[in-house]
Amino acid sequence: MRKLIVCLALFIPVALLAQEEDLLKQVEDSANQKRYVTAAFKSSRVINGHSMEFIGKGVLDVRILHRFGPVNSGIKEFFGLDHASMRMGLDYGLTENLTVGIGRTSVNKEFDAFVKFRPLRQSAGEGSWPFSLVWVSGITLNTMDWVDEERKNYFSSRLGFYHELIIGRKFSDKFSLQLAPTFVHRNMVPGADDDNDTYALGIGGRLKLSKRIAFVVDYHPILAGRAPNTKDPLSVGFDIETGGHVFQLHFSNSAGMNEKEFITNTTDDFWKGDIRFGFNLSRVFTLSRRR
Amino acid sequence: MQQRNFVVTVILVLSVTFVSAQDKFFTKNGRISFVSKGNIETITANHKSVTCVLDSKTGVIQFSVLMRGFEFRKALMQEHFNENYVESDKYPRSEFRGQIVNNSAVDYSKDGVYEVKVKGKLTIHGVTREIENDGKITIKGGKPHAASTLVISLSDYKINIPGIHRDNINNTVTITIDCPMEPLKS
Repeated sequence: MRKLIVCLALFIPVALLAQEEDLLKQVEDSANQKRYVTAAFKSSRVINGHSMEFIGKGVLDVRILHRFGPVNSGIKEFFGLDHASMRMGLDYGLTENLTVGIGRTSVNKEFDAFVKFRPLRQSAGEGSWPFSLVWVSGITLNTMDWVDEERKNYFSSRLGFYHELIIGRKFSDKFSLQLAPTFVHRNMVPGADDDNDTYALGIGGRLKLSKRIAFVVDYHPILAGRAPNTKDPLSVGFDIETGGHVFQLHFSNSAGMNEKEFITNTTDDFWKGDIRFGFNLSRVFTLSRRR
Repeated sequence: MQQRNFVVTVILVLSVTFVSAQDKFFTKNGRISFVSKGNIETITANHKSVTCVLDSKTGVIQFSVLMRGFEFRKALMQEHFNENYVESDKYPRSEFRGQIVNNSAVDYSKDGVYEVKVKGKLTIHGVTREIENDGKITIKGGKPHAASTLVISLSDYKINIPGIHRDNINNTVTITIDCPMEPLKS
């Protein structure tokens, strides 16, 4: 018995030596560490609506948006390209999960500002979380002259608000999908019987076609409180990425460039061919020195 | 008599373990950085949790690094690195498994700086290649510190640079390795 123990003791170092080939295995933790899922969408917007994506801490995103006239207006209007409305915007990433932005749209001479916050982030690996949750709240300010100068006009009548919750998931390297219940409130509406509150469900999807090109769909069916004679905004397009730029080229029945505008003021019918060409141009600048 | 034998056995076992523990060294917080000088901008990234294990007896040395751990100054650059270039989801880890060729030249018990030649297999982006490189082992207080600089070509590891960026991104990357190690207790 004693001899056996001594023999065993002598064999232990031999056993240790035999394992030497894979040294890394002896010290490595499980390879499946928790990590955040990134790049569900190429841009912080699907097309019109916000996406589950953030621009990163200390990053300034300069966004130039153009929406042209209806394509079916014919050659005389150069298929809508003669008429352009635009939004210039600046987004800034205060933290990884908090972005603020401002913008100004030529339509209605409208200013807008928003706060976007991500309390939950999709992750993979051990202890992973299946989806990202993003909250966006925004305000819009119309600065057109009053329609009726004679009556008592209030500053608050110029304001509109929107709030949305984005639940999004990157299902695979190629496919991402998000749902965004959205609430829009307009302090003043054109008609006496119009609803001040409009509810919509944003549906955004992305299908990556190559490393730098993706097909995107952005659809906002109106659930309740539809503004009279308006349609559900639908946009389809391509994201094209070249280094620090993202070009989003798309066709849409909507000309609006903020949530209040495209949810309550899309009068064209996509399926009747009342579509417009448009593009979003995004250029990011890293302002902070260290990440 | 029986008890004494038992004590002898225990001492034997312990001493054997003790000796073998002194042979191996490791770190999980090694550093790797890389620099690529392009026409428009210089791309640099740092990694602070590189795993490295060294067996001083045989000269076997192995490195492992999670590609997602590289930190860039620009968030977008980091995203592109992972998404478009090294494809971190597909190839999460890069490894080197090799051997210090002139291991006998290193006296692990004596402080000093030893020039070494390392030979082995480097795996990046799913491509494994035989490489040979010079490095340095610095012994201080009985602990080795492995350091090296090597230059690789992205094309060797099938990391593609798209046409429009070919003039801006350099195909060669300089990698600097810096791993102070501690004794490994098995």
